[in-house]
Amino acid sequence: MNKLTLPLKKEEIRALKAGQSVLLSGIVYTARDAAHKILAELIKNRKKPPVSLKNITIYYAGPAPSPRNQVIGSCGPTTSARMDIFTPALLRSGVKAMIGKGRRSKEVKDSIIKYKAVYFLAPAGCGALLSKKITKKKMVAYKNLGPEAIYELEVKDFPVIVGIDSKGGDIFKKRRRPR
Amino acid sequence: MKKLPVSDITKLISGLCIEANVDLRPDLKKAISGALKREKSKSAKGVLRLLLENAAIASKNRIAICQDTGMAVVFMEIGQDVRLVGGSLKNAVNKGVKDGYKKGYLRKSVVRSPIVRENTKTNTPAILHTEIVRGKAVRVWVMPKGFGSENKSKIRMLNPSDGEKGIIDFVTRAVKEAGPEACPPFVLGVGIGGTFDHAAGLAKKALLRRIDKKNPDLRSRALEKKIMDKVNSLGIGPMGMGGKTTVFGVNILSSATHIAGLPVAVNINCHATRSAYGVL
Repeated sequence: MNKLTLPLKKEEIRALKAGQSVLLSGIVYTARDAAHKILAELIKNRKKPPVSLKNITIYYAGPAPSPRNQVIGSCGPTTSARMDIFTPALLRSGVKAMIGKGRRSKEVKDSIIKYKAVYFLAPAGCGALLSKKITKKKMVAYKNLGPEAIYELEVKDFPVIVGIDSKGGDIFKKRRRPR
Repeated sequence: MKKLPVSDITKLISGLCIEANVDLRPDLKKAISGALKREKSKSAKGVLRLLLENAAIASKNRIAICQDTGMAVVFMEIGQDVRLVGGSLKNAVNKGVKDGYKKGYLRKSVVRSPIVRENTKTNTPAILHTEIVRGKAVRVWVMPKGFGSENKSKIRMLNPSDGEKGIIDFVTRAVKEAGPEACPPFVLGVGIGGTFDHAAGLAKKALLRRIDKKNPDLRSRALEKKIMDKVNSLGIGPMGMGGKTTVFGVNILSSATHIAGLPVAVNINCHATRSAYGVL
């Protein structure tokens, strides 16, 4: 299986094709509804976000609390579509990769092509399994949001599938009939 | 008259919150294994294997199956020969949820106001449904309901002339729109009849039935099969990557309704359909 280290290089992103399985290692930042709303607002007002968005990977996730002796609780992807209205602004600001679940809007797909980014799918509803691929967790911003805060996570061989590639190839557009 | 301290209810609910979130229901495990045998596509098989592996890791490490440990929906059947003592039932239920979510390291996903959206940090208030029944038992079901699938649930006031076909078409459309976001394969709770609110309540309650247990109502059982066949022919499949298994089960609860109406509600639940039961 294809192994990649984050942040992704331009040519690595270009080579990815929808449907391909990849293991990711490196740093990702969690952000979901509330954090996206704040980040989009900051971008609009030309203020500095709490983390540099340049080349980062965003993971749409709100982890469960870390049990004793475990790095993190259950931590799977949330529905990406709720972030769609904020995503073009974030891609314009330098975000290169997103990890989530489900389909995206046309606007998001167009922005992915425009900014040469990539959208990955993580196995949905497998938060327990994915928590074992996370080796570090650090609170970065908006602690008061609880599970919606921004966390910096270090992942190791985190399993994803390319959902939308940088040319606009979309895994959900090639829906097959049951065999 | 039997006296029951509400603190017993708190203790029971706390434990049920953890059990429901950590141990995947046996009927769901069975459904995943069954689908694994039926599916031919590599991607569908791969996803189903991950689901089993995920359930095993959750159980072994005592962590949540899914990080969305839901809003806690509590169903209670309270025997009319029981007297609850020692405080308010509602507070006791909420304390049970608060304790369970803290002790089980479960995510707190409840915001106080739908507009202001400030996290209560306790996963309370819970949604509480109570019914007074005969006898002196108190039965409790805890259903942690995740919102990836809740958001895709729908209700429709059909016309009586729409009949079974109308119901099947409505549910099928809802599943199609839910797609990969709501974490298929789903379990569908379908409430038919009653009033607007009652149909939705029935749809939620229907999810408590084990999907390997047959519906005692024969007409509903036949309709469940028709819906299941139709929906599984959509080909959405596990994680929406294509396959024969788009739903694991369809559970119908129906009720008397008005001469002018045919309310139908479908409560979509993800492959981690969770609930736990206890009795006092």
